[in-house]
Amino acid sequence: MVPVDYYIALSAILFTIGALGVLSRRNPLIIFMSIELMLNAANLAFVAFASIYQTFSGQIFVFFVIAVAAAEVAVGLALIVEIFKTRRNINIDEMNSLKG
Amino acid sequence: MNSDLIVFLVLSLVAIATALGMLFSSNAVYSALFLVLNFVTVAIFYLLLGAPFIAMSQITVYAGAIMVLFLFVIMLLGAESLAPSNNLPWQKPLARLLSVMLAVEAIYLLFSRAQIVGNVIAPDASVNSMDSLREMAISLFGQYLLPFEVTSILLLVAMVGAIVLTRSERGGR
Repeated sequence: MVPVDYYIALSAILFTIGALGVLSRRNPLIIFMSIELMLNAANLAFVAFASIYQTFSGQIFVFFVIAVAAAEVAVGLALIVEIFKTRRNINIDEMNSLKG
Repeated sequence: MNSDLIVFLVLSLVAIATALGMLFSSNAVYSALFLVLNFVTVAIFYLLLGAPFIAMSQITVYAGAIMVLFLFVIMLLGAESLAPSNNLPWQKPLARLLSVMLAVEAIYLLFSRAQIVGNVIAPDASVNSMDSLREMAISLFGQYLLPFEVTSILLLVAMVGAIVLTRSERGGR
Protein backbone atom coordinates (compact mmCIF):
# COMPACT_ATOMS: atom_id res chain seq x y z
CA MET A 1 0.00 0.00 0.00
CA VAL A 2 1.05 3.54 -0.79
CA PRO A 3 0.28 6.53 1.46
CA VAL A 4 -2.10 8.89 -0.29
CA ASP A 5 0.32 11.73 0.49
CA TYR A 6 2.67 10.36 -2.14
CA TYR A 7 0.00 10.66 -4.79
CA ILE A 8 -0.78 14.23 -3.72
CA ALA A 9 2.93 15.09 -3.75
CA LEU A 10 3.26 13.70 -7.27
CA SER A 11 0.21 15.72 -8.27
CA ALA A 12 1.79 18.86 -6.81
CA ILE A 13 5.05 18.24 -8.68
CA LEU A 14 3.26 17.70 -12.01
CA PHE A 15 1.16 20.81 -11.41
CA THR A 16 4.31 22.84 -10.76
CA ILE A 17 5.95 21.59 -13.94
CA GLY A 18 2.82 22.64 -15.83
CA ALA A 19 2.85 26.07 -14.21
CA LEU A 20 6.52 26.48 -15.11
CA GLY A 21 5.65 25.62 -18.70
CA VAL A 22 2.89 28.22 -18.84
CA LEU A 23 5.16 30.88 -17.36
CA SER A 24 8.36 30.26 -19.27
CA ARG A 25 7.61 28.87 -22.74
CA ARG A 26 6.84 31.08 -25.75
CA ASN A 27 5.12 28.58 -28.03
CA PRO A 28 1.35 28.78 -27.44
CA LEU A 29 0.96 25.08 -28.26
CA ILE A 30 3.41 24.15 -25.50
CA ILE A 31 1.55 26.48 -23.15
CA PHE A 32 -1.64 24.60 -24.00
CA MET A 33 0.03 21.27 -23.32
CA SER A 34 1.22 22.60 -19.97
CA ILE A 35 -2.36 23.53 -19.11
CA GLU A 36 -3.40 19.97 -19.95
CA LEU A 37 -0.64 18.72 -17.65
CA MET A 38 -1.97 20.89 -14.81
CA LEU A 39 -5.51 19.56 -15.38
CA ASN A 40 -4.12 16.04 -15.22
CA ALA A 41 -2.34 16.75 -11.96
CA ALA A 42 -5.61 17.99 -10.44
CA ASN A 43 -7.40 14.90 -11.77
CA LEU A 44 -4.82 12.65 -10.15
CA ALA A 45 -5.46 14.28 -6.79
CA PHE A 46 -9.23 13.87 -7.28
CA VAL A 47 -8.93 10.17 -8.05
CA ALA A 48 -6.53 9.61 -5.15
CA PHE A 49 -8.96 11.14 -2.67
CA ALA A 50 -11.90 9.31 -4.29
CA SER A 51 -10.01 6.07 -3.76
CA ILE A 52 -9.30 6.90 -0.11
CA TYR A 53 -12.87 7.83 0.75
CA GLN A 54 -14.36 5.00 -1.33
CA THR A 55 -16.74 7.24 -3.27
CA PHE A 56 -17.47 7.65 -6.96
CA SER A 57 -18.05 11.41 -6.83
CA GLY A 58 -14.37 12.18 -7.34
CA GLN A 59 -14.16 9.90 -10.36
CA ILE A 60 -17.29 11.43 -11.89
CA PHE A 61 -15.86 14.90 -11.38
CA VAL A 62 -12.72 13.78 -13.20
CA PHE A 63 -14.93 12.55 -16.05
CA PHE A 64 -16.47 16.01 -16.34
CA VAL A 65 -13.04 17.64 -16.19
CA ILE A 66 -11.91 15.45 -19.10
CA ALA A 67 -14.97 16.51 -21.13
CA VAL A 68 -14.36 20.20 -20.38
CA ALA A 69 -10.68 19.81 -21.31
CA ALA A 70 -11.67 18.34 -24.67
CA ALA A 71 -13.99 21.30 -25.36
CA GLU A 72 -11.31 23.76 -24.24
CA VAL A 73 -8.68 22.22 -26.50
CA ALA A 74 -11.00 22.33 -29.53
CA VAL A 75 -11.79 26.02 -29.08
CA GLY A 76 -8.25 26.97 -28.08
CA LEU A 77 -6.62 25.28 -31.04
CA ALA A 78 -9.18 26.90 -33.35
CA LEU A 79 -8.18 30.28 -31.90
CA ILE A 80 -4.49 29.55 -32.44
CA VAL A 81 -5.12 28.50 -36.05
CA GLU A 82 -7.12 31.70 -36.61
CA ILE A 83 -4.35 33.85 -35.10
CA PHE A 84 -1.84 32.12 -37.35
CA LYS A 85 -4.00 32.76 -40.42
CA THR A 86 -4.24 36.46 -39.54
CA ARG A 87 -0.69 37.22 -38.43
CA ARG A 88 1.44 34.40 -39.94
CA ASN A 89 3.19 34.04 -36.59
CA ILE A 90 2.16 32.52 -33.30
CA ASN A 91 4.94 33.68 -31.02
CA ILE A 92 3.33 34.76 -27.75
CA ASP A 93 5.67 37.76 -27.47
CA GLU A 94 4.38 39.21 -30.74
CA MET A 95 0.77 39.13 -29.61
CA ASN A 96 0.72 42.36 -27.71
CA SER A 97 -2.19 44.18 -29.29
CA LEU A 98 -5.89 43.45 -29.25
CA LYS A 99 -6.27 44.71 -32.81
CA GLY A 100 -6.15 41.93 -35.42
CA MET B 1 9.24 -1.83 0.96
CA ASN B 2 6.33 -3.52 -0.70
CA SER B 3 5.71 -4.06 -4.37
CA ASP B 4 3.00 -1.39 -4.63
CA LEU B 5 5.40 1.26 -3.46
CA ILE B 6 8.05 0.13 -5.95
CA VAL B 7 5.54 0.30 -8.81
CA PHE B 8 4.42 3.73 -7.64
CA LEU B 9 7.95 5.09 -7.41
CA VAL B 10 8.99 3.80 -10.84
CA LEU B 11 5.83 5.14 -12.46
CA SER B 12 6.13 8.51 -10.78
CA LEU B 13 9.73 8.80 -11.96
CA VAL B 14 8.49 8.12 -15.50
CA ALA B 15 5.69 10.68 -15.08
CA ILE B 16 8.01 13.41 -13.81
CA ALA B 17 10.67 12.64 -16.43
CA THR B 18 8.16 12.80 -19.29
CA ALA B 19 6.66 16.02 -17.94
CA LEU B 20 10.12 17.58 -17.81
CA GLY B 21 10.83 16.26 -21.29
CA MET B 22 7.62 17.91 -22.50
CA LEU B 23 8.72 21.15 -20.91
CA PHE B 24 12.32 21.29 -22.09
CA SER B 25 12.35 19.68 -25.54
CA SER B 26 12.84 22.26 -28.24
CA ASN B 27 10.67 20.52 -30.83
CA ALA B 28 6.93 20.79 -30.20
CA VAL B 29 6.28 17.37 -31.79
CA TYR B 30 8.58 15.73 -29.25
CA SER B 31 6.78 17.68 -26.52
CA ALA B 32 3.44 16.28 -27.67
CA LEU B 33 4.81 12.71 -27.74
CA PHE B 34 6.30 13.10 -24.25
CA LEU B 35 2.91 14.34 -23.08
CA VAL B 36 1.20 11.26 -24.57
CA LEU B 37 3.56 9.08 -22.52
CA ASN B 38 2.80 11.16 -19.44
CA PHE B 39 -0.96 10.70 -19.95
CA VAL B 40 -0.55 6.94 -20.31
CA THR B 41 1.43 6.87 -17.07
CA VAL B 42 -1.30 8.82 -15.30
CA ALA B 43 -3.83 6.34 -16.71
CA ILE B 44 -1.88 3.52 -15.07
CA PHE B 45 -2.01 5.47 -11.81
CA TYR B 46 -5.80 5.57 -12.19
CA LEU B 47 -5.83 1.80 -12.58
CA LEU B 48 -3.72 1.47 -9.42
CA LEU B 49 -6.21 3.73 -7.63
CA GLY B 50 -9.13 1.53 -8.64
CA ALA B 51 -10.66 3.78 -11.31
CA PRO B 52 -10.64 1.67 -14.50
CA PHE B 53 -13.29 3.72 -16.32
CA ILE B 54 -11.38 6.96 -15.78
CA ALA B 55 -8.18 5.26 -16.91
CA MET B 56 -9.75 4.18 -20.20
CA SER B 57 -11.34 7.63 -20.72
CA GLN B 58 -7.93 9.14 -20.10
CA ILE B 59 -6.32 7.00 -22.78
CA THR B 60 -9.04 7.45 -25.40
CA VAL B 61 -9.81 11.13 -24.84
CA TYR B 62 -6.49 12.57 -23.76
CA ALA B 63 -3.81 10.33 -25.23
CA GLY B 64 -5.95 9.59 -28.26
CA ALA B 65 -8.17 12.45 -29.37
CA ILE B 66 -6.68 15.55 -27.76
CA MET B 67 -3.04 14.78 -28.49
CA VAL B 68 -3.79 13.83 -32.10
CA LEU B 69 -5.49 17.21 -32.45
CA PHE B 70 -2.39 18.85 -31.00
CA LEU B 71 -0.11 17.01 -33.43
CA PHE B 72 -2.33 17.99 -36.35
CA VAL B 73 -2.20 21.67 -35.40
CA ILE B 74 1.55 21.63 -34.75
CA MET B 75 2.21 20.16 -38.18
CA LEU B 76 -0.42 22.35 -39.87
CA LEU B 77 1.14 25.55 -38.54
CA GLY B 78 4.73 24.37 -38.87
CA ALA B 79 5.23 25.43 -35.28
CA GLU B 80 7.73 22.72 -34.35
CA SER B 81 10.19 25.29 -33.11
CA LEU B 82 9.86 29.03 -32.92
CA ALA B 83 12.71 31.47 -33.25
CA PRO B 84 13.79 32.66 -29.81
CA SER B 85 12.88 36.25 -29.11
CA ASN B 86 14.54 38.68 -26.76
CA ASN B 87 11.46 40.34 -25.36
CA LEU B 88 11.17 40.10 -21.59
CA PRO B 89 14.55 38.47 -20.88
CA TRP B 90 13.95 38.54 -17.13
CA GLN B 91 10.82 36.44 -17.38
CA LYS B 92 12.40 32.98 -17.58
CA PRO B 93 14.54 33.17 -14.41
CA LEU B 94 11.62 34.73 -12.58
CA ALA B 95 9.31 31.94 -13.77
CA ARG B 96 11.77 29.29 -12.55
CA LEU B 97 12.10 30.98 -9.17
CA LEU B 98 8.34 31.28 -8.76
CA SER B 99 7.67 27.67 -9.70
CA VAL B 100 10.37 26.38 -7.35
CA MET B 101 8.70 28.42 -4.61
CA LEU B 102 5.31 26.95 -5.56
CA ALA B 103 6.64 23.39 -5.40
CA VAL B 104 8.42 23.91 -2.08
CA GLU B 105 5.32 25.51 -0.59
CA ALA B 106 3.02 22.75 -1.76
CA ILE B 107 5.26 19.95 -0.50
CA TYR B 108 5.90 21.77 2.79
CA LEU B 109 2.20 22.33 3.44
CA LEU B 110 1.45 18.76 2.48
CA PHE B 111 3.94 17.15 4.82
CA SER B 112 3.79 19.58 7.73
CA ARG B 113 0.11 20.44 8.09
CA ALA B 114 -1.92 17.60 6.68
CA GLN B 115 -2.77 14.60 8.77
CA ILE B 116 -2.28 11.22 7.26
CA VAL B 117 -5.70 10.35 5.88
CA GLY B 118 -4.97 6.83 4.79
CA ASN B 119 -3.24 4.45 2.48
CA VAL B 120 -4.13 3.52 -1.05
CA ILE B 121 -4.70 -0.19 -1.05
CA ALA B 122 -4.01 -1.86 -4.37
CA PRO B 123 -7.34 -2.81 -5.93
CA ASP B 124 -8.18 -6.47 -5.96
CA ALA B 125 -9.94 -8.21 -8.81
CA SER B 126 -13.37 -7.06 -7.69
CA VAL B 127 -12.58 -3.36 -8.21
CA ASN B 128 -11.44 -3.66 -11.81
CA SER B 129 -14.58 -5.46 -12.83
CA MET B 130 -18.05 -4.83 -14.14
CA ASP B 131 -19.49 -4.33 -10.65
CA SER B 132 -17.63 -1.12 -9.94
CA LEU B 133 -18.43 0.08 -13.45
CA ARG B 134 -22.13 -0.53 -12.83
CA GLU B 135 -21.99 1.36 -9.54
CA MET B 136 -20.34 4.29 -11.25
CA ALA B 137 -22.84 4.29 -14.12
CA ILE B 138 -25.77 4.30 -11.67
CA SER B 139 -24.18 7.27 -9.91
CA LEU B 140 -23.43 9.09 -13.18
CA PHE B 141 -26.89 8.67 -14.67
CA GLY B 142 -28.75 9.12 -11.40
CA GLN B 143 -27.33 11.69 -9.05
CA TYR B 144 -25.22 13.43 -11.70
CA LEU B 145 -27.64 13.32 -14.64
CA LEU B 146 -28.05 17.08 -14.98
CA PRO B 147 -24.29 17.85 -15.11
CA PHE B 148 -23.95 15.04 -17.66
CA GLU B 149 -26.55 16.62 -19.93
CA VAL B 150 -25.01 20.08 -19.48
CA THR B 151 -21.69 18.55 -20.57
CA SER B 152 -23.28 17.45 -23.82
CA ILE B 153 -24.44 21.02 -24.48
CA LEU B 154 -20.95 22.27 -23.63
CA LEU B 155 -19.41 19.90 -26.16
CA LEU B 156 -21.93 21.00 -28.79
CA VAL B 157 -21.13 24.68 -28.15
CA ALA B 158 -17.40 23.96 -28.36
CA MET B 159 -17.86 22.13 -31.64
CA VAL B 160 -19.91 24.96 -33.16
CA GLY B 161 -17.41 27.49 -31.83
CA ALA B 162 -14.44 25.69 -33.37
CA ILE B 163 -16.19 25.45 -36.73
CA VAL B 164 -17.24 29.11 -36.71
CA LEU B 165 -13.75 30.26 -35.72
CA THR B 166 -11.87 28.36 -38.40
CA ARG B 167 -14.17 28.54 -41.41
CA SER B 168 -12.97 30.61 -44.32
CA GLU B 169 -14.78 33.86 -45.01
CA ARG B 170 -14.65 33.54 -48.80
CA GLY B 171 -17.74 31.34 -49.03
CA GLY B 172 -19.95 34.23 -47.99
CA ARG B 173 -22.11 34.29 -44.91
